[in-house]
Amino acid sequence: MSQPVLDFVPIWTLILGVGVFLYVLLDGFDLGVGILYGFAPDRDSRNLVMNSIAPIWDGNETWLVLGGIALMAAFPLAFAIIIPAVYFPVLIMLLALIFRGVAFEFRYRDAEHRTFWDRAFNYGSILGAFAQGVVLGAFIQGFETEGRHFAGGSFDCFTPFSFLTGAALVFGYSLLGAGWLILKTEGTLQDWARTLGRLSLGGVLIGIAAVSLWTPFLKAEIWERWFSWPHIAILAPVPVITALIAYWEWRSLNNRSEAAPFIAAVCLFAMSYLGIAISLWPMIVPYKFTLWEAASSEATQAFLLVGTLFLLPIILMYTGWSYWVFRGKVRGDLGYH
Amino acid sequence: MSLDPVVLSRLQFAWVIAFHFLLPAFTVGLASFIAVLEGLHLATGREIYFRISTFWIKIFAVSFGMGVVSGIVMPFQIGTNWSRFSDAAADVISPLLAYEGLTAFFLEAAFLGVLLFGRNLVPRWAHFVAALMVALGTLFSTFWILATNSWMQTPAGYEIVNGRFLPKDWLQVIFNPSFPYRLAHTVDAVYITTGFVVIGVAASYLRSGRFVDEARTMLSMTLWLLTVLVPLQFFLGDAHGLNTLEHQPAKLAAIEAIWDTHSRVALNLFAIPDEKAETNRYELAIPDLGSLILTHDPNGTVRGLKDWPADERPSPVIVPFFGFRIMVGIALVMLGVVVASLWLRSRGELFDARWFLWLCTLASPLGFVAVLAGWATTEVGRQPWTVYGLLRTADSVSPSLTGFDVAVSFAGYCIVYLVMFSAGFALMVRLIRLGPAEAAIEPDAIESGRPQHPVQALPSTGAGGRP
Ligand code: HDD
Ligand code: HEM
Ligand code: HEM
Repeated sequence: MSQPVLDFVPIWTLILGVGVFLYVLLDGFDLGVGILYGFAPDRDSRNLVMNSIAPIWDGNETWLVLGGIALMAAFPLAFAIIIPAVYFPVLIMLLALIFRGVAFEFRYRDAEHRTFWDRAFNYGSILGAFAQGVVLGAFIQGFETEGRHFAGGSFDCFTPFSFLTGAALVFGYSLLGAGWLILKTEGTLQDWARTLGRLSLGGVLIGIAAVSLWTPFLKAEIWERWFSWPHIAILAPVPVITALIAYWEWRSLNNRSEAAPFIAAVCLFAMSYLGIAISLWPMIVPYKFTLWEAASSEATQAFLLVGTLFLLPIILMYTGWSYWVFRGKVRGDLGYH
Repeated sequence: MSLDPVVLSRLQFAWVIAFHFLLPAFTVGLASFIAVLEGLHLATGREIYFRISTFWIKIFAVSFGMGVVSGIVMPFQIGTNWSRFSDAAADVISPLLAYEGLTAFFLEAAFLGVLLFGRNLVPRWAHFVAALMVALGTLFSTFWILATNSWMQTPAGYEIVNGRFLPKDWLQVIFNPSFPYRLAHTVDAVYITTGFVVIGVAASYLRSGRFVDEARTMLSMTLWLLTVLVPLQFFLGDAHGLNTLEHQPAKLAAIEAIWDTHSRVALNLFAIPDEKAETNRYELAIPDLGSLILTHDPNGTVRGLKDWPADERPSPVIVPFFGFRIMVGIALVMLGVVVASLWLRSRGELFDARWFLWLCTLASPLGFVAVLAGWATTEVGRQPWTVYGLLRTADSVSPSLTGFDVAVSFAGYCIVYLVMFSAGFALMVRLIRLGPAEAAIEPDAIESGRPQHPVQALPSTGAGGRP
């Protein structure tokens, strides 16, 4: 882009970064709940597990739409290159989310096919999470481009690395889901969530370790960034803090604390997110286009910024209210209908 | 055999958007209907409004769920299949889509939870506010998405720099020439569509003598509304058509299957347009009426398709031509229903004339057909452009896609949508069969457990339903 008069790019980077992170957390825990759903011991507990997210999942998924459109609005070049490059993971994600989303209503209304919709909810959540992880992996690996377009093939995004990130994200979301269920349930069901939380944490740690070790070998740029002096000294706290949080998560899953498992899981996600951001900054199409090169016109960014700054606080207010209405533990009789 | 990514992407887009559009066509209207019922209940305290509202909320929940999941597919379509269009037009259209998310989707989503699940958790007025906010959200959504679509039909307020559209004047972008007409016409259309579903359901209850009180209220209320909205649609549609004649004359020529430019154009009632021979077969036409309707002057001149080079004409012509005729034909049937209802009302037989109740039931899906026919008219009529006159559809598709890729994804969307939509449709039919009875048996405690199979995990603590 030519010399900007007023640089909105950092603001939009922040908004997009926070928006995507919020999406990952919010839909993360409810996809996670859907993943754990398949392991619920009986129908009563399945009902409770589902009811713990029924009133809020739609709002959570809305962040996905907003994330996609905010990318298109603020960094259209990135949108135009990345989205076609991950054509099939996006397809799989969308189809999975369809099954999962309608299962909330259909499962209750359609008693004869309840098992089918139970599976739809469970497998839909797993596949949706996995596909998002593949998108993340493909993103870290980078895309083949020609001019302003993606020039690779639609299957390039499926690599061992992206399968690894896919699997890691499934475990990550289950950990968030377990944290949420610990918050929202009590008694034996909560114990069950703690057990699955510990299993997920194991998967997450293996995943984080494998991705962190593999990433620097993908690109020399990333190796440079982490391991050259003095970066290595400045960045060393990132893995150390991550390890400490992991320990805290493990402790809180094992003692009786109710909120800590969820908060620690959020912190683990924040650290991984930060790690990826450090590796790729300031690229939005990794290794090809920077945030500034991919940015939309100032008029576009300014026009949308005005409304966003005005509307976002209002949205957070009423979304907060709707969470408040459904606060506390889920109970059998809150099933509505 | 060669698979063309452009053709397949168009088919895929038409498939996913047609299914998506069927749901807002119903939920936008239903959300407003529910808000009105909740308001009436709050104001009059009459039990019957509560029962009707509770009944429709259940159906709303099913259709809204499907509307949301099929909607999430839409913005991604623009990226996956139309990336060159995204690259070119994002600066202008994406803020409109983003404002749809910010003003509409969050509003709907946050208050939907309270509308569906919160009746016992919040005060009555707050539940009404939730219903109102959901209805408002659906209308905001309609506003922004139609602004976007209308900009593609009649672009304004932009400049082109290096092959990309950049915004110059946002008011012109949003309030582009076709937007006010399209918005008014479409909002009226979705209200009419919902109205016909409601009277169809009410009429079938009356025919079988079930839920008579609820059915009478629904039928009478909704028919009054349709008495206003259906005739209004003729005016709005006419104005929309005049606007199209001004801004998209090639589309209008296709809608009317007019090949040669001349005055005193006839109105084709029926024809099979033949694009190769550039003429119509089996034409059945009324002389001069075309000019009269299109220009409001029997001597008015209308441009024919031959005015444009073959690769700038909408194709296939047959889609806008018949799409439009189906839409207007349905509008005439709807008008018939409204006139019949007025006549029966004046004789006090509205709830008893069996032929009329049958008519209402049979007419209940017509709105959906009209809406799809109207959209096919509009969108195929815009071809071969995605941004009218400026960006070709063939130049909009993602360059990396092969025909095989799109064939696979299209097959996926076909299978999943057929499963999901037929299951959802069956569920709604079942809910309608069950009728408002369930709510009537348990006036207050609908949230307190699901009657058929109670969910009993933990003992409940308070009567208010709050932990
Ligand atoms: C219940 C639905 C319904 C009904 C009864 C009608 N329409 Fe319609 N029509 C639509 C639903 C619709 C729609 C689906 O909402 C469209 C598609 C896009 C749009 O702007 O509205 C549409 C498009 C549309 C267009 C194309 C505009 C363009 O894009 O260039 C015209 C000219 C008309 N209508 C005219 C009419 C007339 C003259 C009608 C009655 C006599 C009529 N419509 C009844
Ligand atoms: C509002 C409801 C809409 C409906 C019912 C609708 C319907 C359709 C249909 C039926 C087609 C296929 C036309 C053909 O290929 O012959 C189409 C094409 C298309 N529409 Fe729309 N559309 C809507 C809104 C939008 C919006 C808001 C956008 C963009 C933001 C959009 C972008 C496109 C694009 C890119 C294509 C593919 C290219 C083309 O075939 O024209 N549409 N739409
Ligand atoms: C290309 C065209 C379209 C796109 C990209 C699109 C996008 C979306 C998305 C992403 C959602 C889900 C929102 C959520 O997460 O809550 C949605 C739902 C919705 N859309 Fe669309 N949409 C399109 C066409 C339309 C049209 C033509 C209308 C109305 C005339 C409409 C009205 C709605 C409404 C009211 C909802 C809420 C769900 C429902 O009522 O069924 N959309 N849309």
